[in-house]
Amino acid sequence: MDLTDILITLAKIVIVFGIVLFTVAELVYTERKISAWIQNRIGPNRVGWRGLLQPYADVIKLLLKEDIVPVAANRFIHTLAPIISIVVAMSTLAVVPFAGASFTLFDREITLVIADVNIGILYILALTSMGVYGLTLSGWSSNNKYSLLGGLRSSAQMISYELAMGLSVIGVVMVAGSLQLTKIVEHQSGWMWNMVLQPVGFITFVVASFAETNRAPFDLPEAEPELVGGYHTEYSSFKFALFFLAEYANMITASAVITTLYLGGWQVPYLELLNLPVWANVIAQLLAFVLKVAFMLFVFQWVRWTVPRFRYDQLMDLGWKVMLPIALANVVVTAAVLLLM
Amino acid sequence: MSSTTVNKYELTFWEKLYVPEILKGMKLTLEQMFRKKETRQYPEEKWVPPASFRGAPVLVQEENGVERCVACGLCSRVCPALAIEVQAAETSDEKERFPALFEINMLRCIFCGFCEEVCPEEAIVMSQTYEMAFTKYEDAIFNKERLLTPVEQLRPRLEYLRAHR
Repeated sequence: MDLTDILITLAKIVIVFGIVLFTVAELVYTERKISAWIQNRIGPNRVGWRGLLQPYADVIKLLLKEDIVPVAANRFIHTLAPIISIVVAMSTLAVVPFAGASFTLFDREITLVIADVNIGILYILALTSMGVYGLTLSGWSSNNKYSLLGGLRSSAQMISYELAMGLSVIGVVMVAGSLQLTKIVEHQSGWMWNMVLQPVGFITFVVASFAETNRAPFDLPEAEPELVGGYHTEYSSFKFALFFLAEYANMITASAVITTLYLGGWQVPYLELLNLPVWANVIAQLLAFVLKVAFMLFVFQWVRWTVPRFRYDQLMDLGWKVMLPIALANVVVTAAVLLLM
Repeated sequence: MSSTTVNKYELTFWEKLYVPEILKGMKLTLEQMFRKKETRQYPEEKWVPPASFRGAPVLVQEENGVERCVACGLCSRVCPALAIEVQAAETSDEKERFPALFEINMLRCIFCGFCEEVCPEEAIVMSQTYEMAFTKYEDAIFNKERLLTPVEQLRPRLEYLRAHR
């Protein structure tokens, strides 16, 4: 590990960060477009070509607003909460492999993953659990009853669904025999995607991801009709923008993790039969990864505009009485099948 | 206390599984995405109201350029929002009287159409204008020159009024 390695890693971080920020902006656009199409509308089409610059106009407007902190709020935690949210949302992508093939640049082998740690999944689960602090602290520090309720809901919801999420991941880990994300992806070569091997785990994991990212139908922490804006009621300007960014960045992360764990990551079936040069392999794998993530992002938005919000007791029922037993049963069945094989 | 029993709809096994039902819903929304869009691109594409529409009240201007109004003041009298002011004056024309001043305060007008209903001369009718935005109070008070509208433009409304008298 010398200076060049550090520089290469830094370059990767900057590139990934930039791509995520850009994608968040365009996700806001696609979200509005998809919701419009589902409701037989056209959607934003005034700013830029077909409204593509709409999110940038929104961001500029948002940043020009006054940054308000309520008098009774805890100033320090009120500022800390959005930072926690965004840090967690952004750092999860560090262990996700974007392509399997590596290429050589400046006499060094460059892999397309920022940090190929051997406890990749543990790292992701640990970080996503941290995300709950951002929401809960923001709800508490605002000193507003609706924010507090939103924060409490988010903590209850995320803790409940983390169990199901962790248990469904165990199935994948058992199949692949490793916690390392690159190994898990390599194990899903050809059509042996974990979606096929672990259909039940796939569904529970996807549902739990929806709950973890606070997306509809599990967007209770920010349920507008009952809680004003939920945990971010008392936020404005830059801090609100950070929460907004974190929500969409979480969506990207969740899609990337789902792709990596269940949709075969960068795997393109039968790509090795074509005997392509290395650079073509890298591009094909990157493209496959991006397309899969884009599809998952579309599913996220599609579901949001299809399914209405759950009631709170339904949410808890689903989490503890349905998801948890199913995920547990999935672990047992997977273990039995692996033993018998 | 009286009570009613509501028959609760029992879910079938497949409906209780959630996932197939959600997939059905997703299929429905996906189909909606490719339907015809209902949006009207407003400033470029304007809505043309039907003749029954009550837009801004206007004064009917005959082909010879004179208003029909005889300044009887009934519209001003019937107006529930007190939006109309009429001052009469005499003229050598056949109608003998004409409004020297005719003002409608569009901020007060509630588009009820009573003035049009009460007018004995069909001189004040509700037009199809619905775009009224003002930046100054003074702009919202329409004087006679602003209210006068050639009779050809108001043909549909006048026919509608006759048909439904």
